[in-house]
Amino acid sequence: MKNTLKIISCYSADTAGVCSILYEMGGMVVVHDASGCNSTYSTHDEPRWSKYPSNIFISALTERDAIMGRDETLTDNTVKAAKELEPRFICLCGSPMPALIGTDFYALASEIEKKTSIPTFSVATTGTYSYIQGAGLALKEFIIKTSVYKKREENTVNILGYTPLDLYINGQKERIVKLFEDKGIKVNFSSEYSENILNASHNLVVSQSGMEAAKYMWENYDIPYMCALPIGEKLSKFVLDIPNIKEPVFLERNTAKTSFYILGESLFSQSLAKALSLEEGIDAGVVYTLEKEDRAVAPCDYTTSTEEDTENFLKEKAENIIADPIYKHISPVNAKFMSLPHFAFSGRCFEHNIPNLMCDDHALKEVIK
Amino acid sequence: MFKENPLPVKISQANKAKLFDTGLEYNPPARGGWNIVHTGMLLPEAREIFVCPQGCLRGVILTAAEMGTLDRLSSVVVSEEEMFDGSLEENIAEGSADILDRLEKKPSAVLLYISCIHLFTGCDIENVLSRLRERYPDIDFTDCYMTPTMREEISPDVKMRIQLYSLIKPLKENKNIITLVGNDMPPDTESEIFDIIERENFRDIHFCNTYSDYLSLGETSLFITTRPSAKQSGEILAQRLGRKHLYLPVSFNFENIEKNYSLLCTYLGVLKPDFTPYKEKALKAFEKALATIGDTPIVVDFLAVARPFELAHLLCEQGFNVKYVIADALNPEEEESFEKLKKYDIDIYPSVNVNMIHRVQTEYNKILSIGQKGAFYFETDFFVNMVYEDGLYGYHALCRLALLMEDAFLNPKDRNKVLKYKGHFCSSCLN
Repeated sequence: MKNTLKIISCYSADTAGVCSILYEMGGMVVVHDASGCNSTYSTHDEPRWSKYPSNIFISALTERDAIMGRDETLTDNTVKAAKELEPRFICLCGSPMPALIGTDFYALASEIEKKTSIPTFSVATTGTYSYIQGAGLALKEFIIKTSVYKKREENTVNILGYTPLDLYINGQKERIVKLFEDKGIKVNFSSEYSENILNASHNLVVSQSGMEAAKYMWENYDIPYMCALPIGEKLSKFVLDIPNIKEPVFLERNTAKTSFYILGESLFSQSLAKALSLEEGIDAGVVYTLEKEDRAVAPCDYTTSTEEDTENFLKEKAENIIADPIYKHISPVNAKFMSLPHFAFSGRCFEHNIPNLMCDDHALKEVIK
Repeated sequence: MFKENPLPVKISQANKAKLFDTGLEYNPPARGGWNIVHTGMLLPEAREIFVCPQGCLRGVILTAAEMGTLDRLSSVVVSEEEMFDGSLEENIAEGSADILDRLEKKPSAVLLYISCIHLFTGCDIENVLSRLRERYPDIDFTDCYMTPTMREEISPDVKMRIQLYSLIKPLKENKNIITLVGNDMPPDTESEIFDIIERENFRDIHFCNTYSDYLSLGETSLFITTRPSAKQSGEILAQRLGRKHLYLPVSFNFENIEKNYSLLCTYLGVLKPDFTPYKEKALKAFEKALATIGDTPIVVDFLAVARPFELAHLLCEQGFNVKYVIADALNPEEEESFEKLKKYDIDIYPSVNVNMIHRVQTEYNKILSIGQKGAFYFETDFFVNMVYEDGLYGYHALCRLALLMEDAFLNPKDRNKVLKYKGHFCSSCLN
């Protein structure tokens, strides 16, 4: 089956994920792509762009540079900009054309680091994968490159995988911080530059974008992680138990059969399904349209790869659907459609209708009303 | 973040061949410019099909979503594997067919957009189109290009305007019909150019409600273009149909305006009307605007007008205090104005240089901008929300601009709200 989109949108791409997860860290991200291609990110993927600027730039790649293999255009321009802007770190990432010509970003990052003495790393994005992959790899590389383990800080939680692509800038981040701080738990948001990230006692993964980093820190620094979002009161209490976990924890969902489905970011959707079960007694499944963690999949969940596949599954199985409004185009007309805009999917179209479900039962009830 | 002010170039010291060094680029959130999705949507009853990697698709799909035309755009997603396994051409054809087969109502025409990777790998798009034409004989297909990497030969913007008219076939020539081509903005129906052209004989794609209307442009006798990015579109279309083309560029110079009208009248074999009253009206409009605006510093940007230096010169000559121009390069058509402008103290700023992220901090309390980029970079709510001259033409453009400047000076706009709308004059779902 061809991966064609008759009418629905596509998710933000891997390059956008890199930019988004590193946006507030004080670095400089250079996307190796054509002039103007950063407009997609700054317009449709980044609600912070007009509010507070970040050093996210495009290399303005031309066909001549590509054909002649003039990588020095990228390195020279990056070094020049870095000397003017003095970022905390530099991240290079690629797009389809550099992927095609086999640009060696690892070597270029090394060269730039030598010339600037600024920590520099690369993420091998190709513009052909979702933002989850780009953000996940970028966060992991950022931690490897910039963080140093000194001493374990008990009762300290890193929040991994936060980006507005999944958790919009409508107070969701602040509610998560408050949830922990009210209980005396110190919070490091991985969206903010911190050299101490490896010292934390626990990691809370709030989107699939944080999974790579969480696994890396578990495997290398014995930091256990929990994959869940504090949606609704009961799940919030569950999340607050994080200082007591000793190994990775995933939400358990055992629903085998349902006609109630959620489409969206995988970890968000799993958390929402769990919250609906705990708060409203609704057994919901998840239709995965993005990368997921297999250990958190319920028997009723379904993984889809194309628009047509999604449309057919919903037509066959779904009577109640929670999804971004654009999915309504391929949802059965007789199903109850409950709108839950997802910025990584519909961008600015419905951004002011994105609810803040964190730690809030009322907002959850509003979604399914 | 606002660490240091970006350094401008004094116009008196500027190298007109290269105003600024190239380098990494920043993207200012002034969204009024049109992209190839907006332009393609001007073709009635057509469907746009984009064949690109996900990263390239995202912007085009959401452009359509925001303008409420998602039902006229489809996509074929190119995977990383397909970039290397020799299936690129096959996927364009099969992916497009898959979409067309799933549509309940077939479009009259398909604008098939391919991307940088297709051109770079030598994709035989003609072969793909032939196969699609054979399979869907009732649909007209043309190739379009989202190829920003390949811009050194021809920009995607210019190419789009050429391809938009590529489906027009020659019909029996109607000597009376004159068609304006290549403009994103609707034509200026109040312009004095209609003292020369009869309105009922004037055509523009903006007036086409059906695909048949569009095809009827094939009876055109004279094609006119008025913007640099449209010139090639008119030339190629006229040549293909065996008709005439006149390039009458929109101008902010009285002599050039008169020259355009002389050229048009000579071609049509009519006596040139006396446009003195229009010129006087324009001068009076600027006089009135000047009385209101006074010596408030003004910035002019290249998104508002194709000839920012020419406009800056006109305004300076009329007594306005133009202090800044935003332009990455000099439009060769305005070299004369650029030279004349050197006697004024004007700073030129680039639009994409990384240091522009700091925006421009000035000593002035109030700045009037003509254009969205100026409004963003100089952080002023007093701006003329103009893109591509808003389609205005001739002396009427000058009168209208003077009025808009006065209005902008007196009535501040909600800058962040206005600048977020993509495609000036297009519909938008944003609120």
